[in-house]
Amino acid sequence: MLAYIVRRVAWMFVVLWGVMTITFFIARVIPADPVGAILGPNAPPEAIEQERARWGLDKPIHVQYITYLWGVLHGDMGVSIRTRRPVLEDILRFLPNTVELAVVALVIGVTMGIALGIVSAVKNGHIIDHSGRIFAIIGLSMPAFWLGLLLLLLLYYKLGILPGVGQIPYYVLRPPRATGFLILDCLIAGDFSALWSYLLHLIMPAMTLGWISTAAITRITRSSMLEVFQEEYINTARMKGLRESIVIMKHAFKNAVIPTITIIGIRIASLLEGAVLTETVFAWPGLGRYATWSFLALDFNAVVGVTVFIAFLYSFSNLIVDLLYAYLNPLIRYE
Amino acid sequence: MGGLGVRSIWRQIIRNRLSTIGLTLIALLVLTAILAPHIAPYDPFKTDPIHKLEPPGQKNLLGSDALGRDILSRILYGARISLWIAILIMLISGTIGTTIGIVSGYFGGLLESILMRITDIFMAFPRLILAMAIAAAIGPSLTNVVIAISFSAWTTFARLARSRALEVRQEDYVEAARATGANDLRILFVHILPMVISPIIIQGTIVMGGIILTAAGLGFIGFGAQPPSPEWGLMVSDGRNFMPEGWWASTFPGLAIMLTVLGFNLLGDGIRDILDPRMR
Repeated sequence: MLAYIVRRVAWMFVVLWGVMTITFFIARVIPADPVGAILGPNAPPEAIEQERARWGLDKPIHVQYITYLWGVLHGDMGVSIRTRRPVLEDILRFLPNTVELAVVALVIGVTMGIALGIVSAVKNGHIIDHSGRIFAIIGLSMPAFWLGLLLLLLLYYKLGILPGVGQIPYYVLRPPRATGFLILDCLIAGDFSALWSYLLHLIMPAMTLGWISTAAITRITRSSMLEVFQEEYINTARMKGLRESIVIMKHAFKNAVIPTITIIGIRIASLLEGAVLTETVFAWPGLGRYATWSFLALDFNAVVGVTVFIAFLYSFSNLIVDLLYAYLNPLIRYE
Repeated sequence: MGGLGVRSIWRQIIRNRLSTIGLTLIALLVLTAILAPHIAPYDPFKTDPIHKLEPPGQKNLLGSDALGRDILSRILYGARISLWIAILIMLISGTIGTTIGIVSGYFGGLLESILMRITDIFMAFPRLILAMAIAAAIGPSLTNVVIAISFSAWTTFARLARSRALEVRQEDYVEAARATGANDLRILFVHILPMVISPIIIQGTIVMGGIILTAAGLGFIGFGAQPPSPEWGLMVSDGRNFMPEGWWASTFPGLAIMLTVLGFNLLGDGIRDILDPRMR
């Protein structure tokens, strides 16, 4: 097992290095002109030269690459040309907002998805099952940004039961930044009115982001439950006279949960992508929005930094799923 | 996915109700795209300052946008863009993926290891993020959306083509071709490629919904088509500045995206059911 873990972790770093290299060259070699974007179209050539030298863009590309790689190995991902702060500092500043959003979304997705999936499988062929399946496929077909707008239209503009975009209204004082996670910061400051306001703001974006996960988890839970229902031991359990609820939860669901775990692992990765769109709709100051703004501004260091960071989270969640799998199924380890 | 060809799957699709609905939705998209100039009531680019943000009604069936352009006409023309993007991405990423896949499956050895490791690296890229990086670097435009998504979508095809080529390479008729003196290039493209094509097409249908969603997402956040293009994602984004008074300006284009993706997902589901009856 240890050798397997070491091999997988080593490979993850090779992949990340590949991702970084490819993104680096995309961000620097391809003709877009970040300095032009800062200085505007009428800048005198000397100023452009000066600015290029300042960011090290005047050196040959391989020198730039080695400098960058050297920096990354020392925990320095360069300075953002847009915010003028170190990229890593920016990422860590915006990450907690995305994590909070994604965790709540995942909780919504997992609980609703598993519940719907089990009900759908138990009532196989029944109208409940059909509606569950239709809900799931429509959920997978909806653009997240559109769903977000529909929710805003209905719950904020028309019914007015939830607040609109943003995290906390401007007139509510933010608690001092302790952890970066707003829920925790509110708790630490003992500021429950800010916490309440924040939680209300969190509902719609989390629903938007969780919706797609709900659909995906419903589908996989349903089909793996149906598969398990055909096994002999389910019949045995029923014939023993066990209550149906125990058969479903203890005997069937426990064995059907592995594919669901895989999907949850995959969802964690795509939650980060969904966050880009959701954060744009809800003006949520998270990593996704930071990514969008940096990319639009051709902020080359931030582009590489954000991409590598997200690829890291992505590969890391895949790694965890793989390890979980290897743990559950020893055959994989020896492949 | 072995023995089932496109034709036998086709017959079963028609029998399945949900995938027939999917197929109908896709057929509608194709028809709309072809006939847009004939069925659109107005010029999709013609602004009309007097009738801006008109609610859905007799004059504008789905309302008009902030510049007074007819939403319905724009959606109908937008179908062309969506279909065009889908076809191009499918062709480009399918070609890249299939080539890399069959080459590595057929030759094996070091070449295979290198190509598959590269594929792994590309798979570690979150698709939307990679597409954003490329679209940002080469400048936002529709063509660049196609390039950007193709750049990240080919990996699935490469893996599939490789595993299929691995199977086919063992077949007797490939041996026979080699014995008669056919060179590698000929074996690859004349004997192996045809056996790989149908699983690739099937896989293409299954992933198409996701690709259209990514493309619309890129349009929405400003990395795709630029105004005044009637691209659906861009229309949703334009319309949201006029919420809630002009709700129709972003609601209907979004609905069009959903129906298109739903069409591909239903069809893809039907195909998956046929290939893997356990999932039913």
